[in-house]
Amino acid sequence: MSEAQDYKYIGQRTIRPDGFDKVTGRASYGADLSLPGMIWGKTLRSPHAHARITRLDTSKAEAMPGVLAVAVHSDFAAVSDEAIQAGEGSANLIDLASNILAKNKVLYHGHAVAAVAAKTEALAEQALALIEVEYEVLPPVMTALAAMAADAPVLHDDMFTTGLEETPDKASNIANRVEFKIGDVEAGFAEADVIVEGTYKTPTCHQGYIEPHACTVRYDEDGQSMIWCCTQGHFDVRTSTAKLLGMELSKLKVVASEIGGGFGGKTTVYQEPVALILSKKSGRPVKMVMDRDEVQLATGPTSASHNWVKIGARKDGTITAMQGKFIYEAGAFKGSPVMMGCMTAFTPYEVPNLYAEGFDVVVNKPKVAAYRAPGAPQGEFAAEMAVNELAAKLGMDPIELRLKNAAKEGTQTIYGPKFKRVGLVECLEAARDSEHYKAALAENQGRGVASGFWFNVGGQSSVVINMNPDGTGTIVEGSPDIGGSRASMQMMAAEELGIPLEKLKPIVADTEMLAYSQGTGGSRTTFATGMAVIEAAQDVVRQLKERAAALWNVTAEQVDYADGVAYNTAGEDKMTCAEICSKADRTGGQITGRGNINARGAGPSFAVHICDLEVDPETGKTDVIRYTAIQDAGKAIHPSYVEGQLQGGAVQGIGWALNEEYVYSPEGKLENMGFLDYRIPVASDLPMIDTVVIEVPNAFHPFGVRGVGESGIIPPLAAVGTAAANAIGTHVTELPLSPPRVLKLVQEKG
Amino acid sequence: MAKVLFSSEQQKLTGVPEATFNETDYRSLTEAMIRRFPALDRASLLDMAIAINGEIIHEPLLEKIPPDSDVHFFPFIAGG
Repeated sequence: MSEAQDYKYIGQRTIRPDGFDKVTGRASYGADLSLPGMIWGKTLRSPHAHARITRLDTSKAEAMPGVLAVAVHSDFAAVSDEAIQAGEGSANLIDLASNILAKNKVLYHGHAVAAVAAKTEALAEQALALIEVEYEVLPPVMTALAAMAADAPVLHDDMFTTGLEETPDKASNIANRVEFKIGDVEAGFAEADVIVEGTYKTPTCHQGYIEPHACTVRYDEDGQSMIWCCTQGHFDVRTSTAKLLGMELSKLKVVASEIGGGFGGKTTVYQEPVALILSKKSGRPVKMVMDRDEVQLATGPTSASHNWVKIGARKDGTITAMQGKFIYEAGAFKGSPVMMGCMTAFTPYEVPNLYAEGFDVVVNKPKVAAYRAPGAPQGEFAAEMAVNELAAKLGMDPIELRLKNAAKEGTQTIYGPKFKRVGLVECLEAARDSEHYKAALAENQGRGVASGFWFNVGGQSSVVINMNPDGTGTIVEGSPDIGGSRASMQMMAAEELGIPLEKLKPIVADTEMLAYSQGTGGSRTTFATGMAVIEAAQDVVRQLKERAAALWNVTAEQVDYADGVAYNTAGEDKMTCAEICSKADRTGGQITGRGNINARGAGPSFAVHICDLEVDPETGKTDVIRYTAIQDAGKAIHPSYVEGQLQGGAVQGIGWALNEEYVYSPEGKLENMGFLDYRIPVASDLPMIDTVVIEVPNAFHPFGVRGVGESGIIPPLAAVGTAAANAIGTHVTELPLSPPRVLKLVQEKG
Repeated sequence: MAKVLFSSEQQKLTGVPEATFNETDYRSLTEAMIRRFPALDRASLLDMAIAINGEIIHEPLLEKIPPDSDVHFFPFIAGG
């Protein structure tokens, strides 16, 4: 599947540099740091989904022995009406502060109202009970459609819909409307022989990372401070916290611990600024660790959505028009990823007439956070289900229908640019030609296929490579390692430097040791931070050549460097990297390479999945019996990690499709906190996820990397949905396909 | 000359699907766009990512615009 290049390390399955720490338990995660004199912070959360705070009195808690500090919203006095980059895009600071600690209204069950720091965790818990809060309970709005109704209770009196021809004069729960189009969909539908349309719904569900949010912070007398936390982007934690608390960046050091999953959900801040307030007030280090209920209640899930899609095609399968209306819940504050849903839903297809309209709607649920390809799974679920319906209506194989209309080099995207070379056709052909796709199915089994598109992003990364006198080196990067990026950085640096892999140690630096690096998200780290590593390694090579030239008394242009050895082209001399480094003290001091980039040219990634599913018609239970994930990686730097990303994305998507959903009472109270009631897939639920890695190189990356972290979560929703529909012999329009819903479909089918 | 292809939202403000410009760098291009199409919102325009001949650039301030290139402006993309 690869356009072969001759690499020594790239493409090998090397030993992961963090492996020993992980398997021995030495690795330190968010909750693992304790400091002398440390106290504990705990959060009081709203029991109501929507209520006005009419009275908040913390005096009894503050007077309780052992309590050292209390934090409330007014501690964010420095917050201004300013947008900062956070996770899925920009976040308004006022909204961010009001989400972290409610201002005058609580907007979802579990919304933080106040926090207490006490000498022990138990005392902090007890003190929460002494905080007096009186609420004027308001009716909640729990779905986007309910929130869009003309008579719906309004969450924010000062929110007026943007993106309309005229600015409305009445506040609304619709934060924004977006629109993308090319061509003329009405003309496209007029050309069509066959039209399908349907409404498809996806539930609120959580990223489901195993490690809860945790931090330990210290605010010193001189204003210097430190945050240790599990995060996908510690530089962004620094930015957000400093902005919220009116601090200079140089006074706030953020250290990223090892991280037990994030999937987008750890790209923003929740308790880190609160802990710092408590530390400043108490003069003590403060630790805050959420429990699982708090994670589910008050950290960002992804948007539930309600989407309508219409597709027209000629009898030969040529799609003439695709149209969609995408309605995404933002949670309590504006900012759902609906725009990206609009930009991705139809992008696997080359169709001349496209129209996507999106609505960002606030509801009384936690503010959504990024989740692996944010916004794409929901919209593409609707589009892919409709494409499969179209295939059935046309009597065409669904992969052949996709191949006939597949996006390729030169395809005009709905968001503007035309594609450079992309690998969707190769993925579809691999799916079509797979043994899996040709395998027979038994009774009560169905098969579904679906494709998925994600942009992948670039962004800012900083890297330093410090060479030691013995020729070893340290790769200092600023991207928290969630999916094995330290191994990839090590491999790319070794490839460039031509020295053995084990001579290079990759580390993730804190915010004082390195210049700004964007967080790990958007499938950007191996692509963008990798480019910074390559740039830093090339800087080292340049200096190695200069130092060798100085030792040989020739010019640097007369020195060649290959496979870790410098050659004097004006003579017979040669020196290894280690020999040059050992003499660095005599040629100008130690050698340090730097790569500070804002990476451009991210390569889009496509995925195609095949799912075989069996339905038990007696109980509605489903079993995924076979699953294949195919994806264009551009170039797989470390194939095992790439395969792991494909498998991880598939499993999360399968969970989204089959079981995961937030269940709320009519009063808007979350009823299924915890992994017993919020059912994510476990190893025993699923077969081995087979993977096929396609390598269509990204021309803008030195090794051809595209990024693989996100596309894999997109196809499962429709692949599973279609497999279930085919197994039952019905239509599927709503997720999750939990046993009660499947049983209902079976019974309705009769 | 560079060709700027407007999104459907931008077309509401420009009235045309595309326009050509002689400018050869991002800063002068955006100034020229705002001069020619005053309805374009400066802050929104400068907040957007661009693609030059399909290469996506999130921070284009210092970009050169090659002659005969296709330029698109579109919303900043982030991920999870």
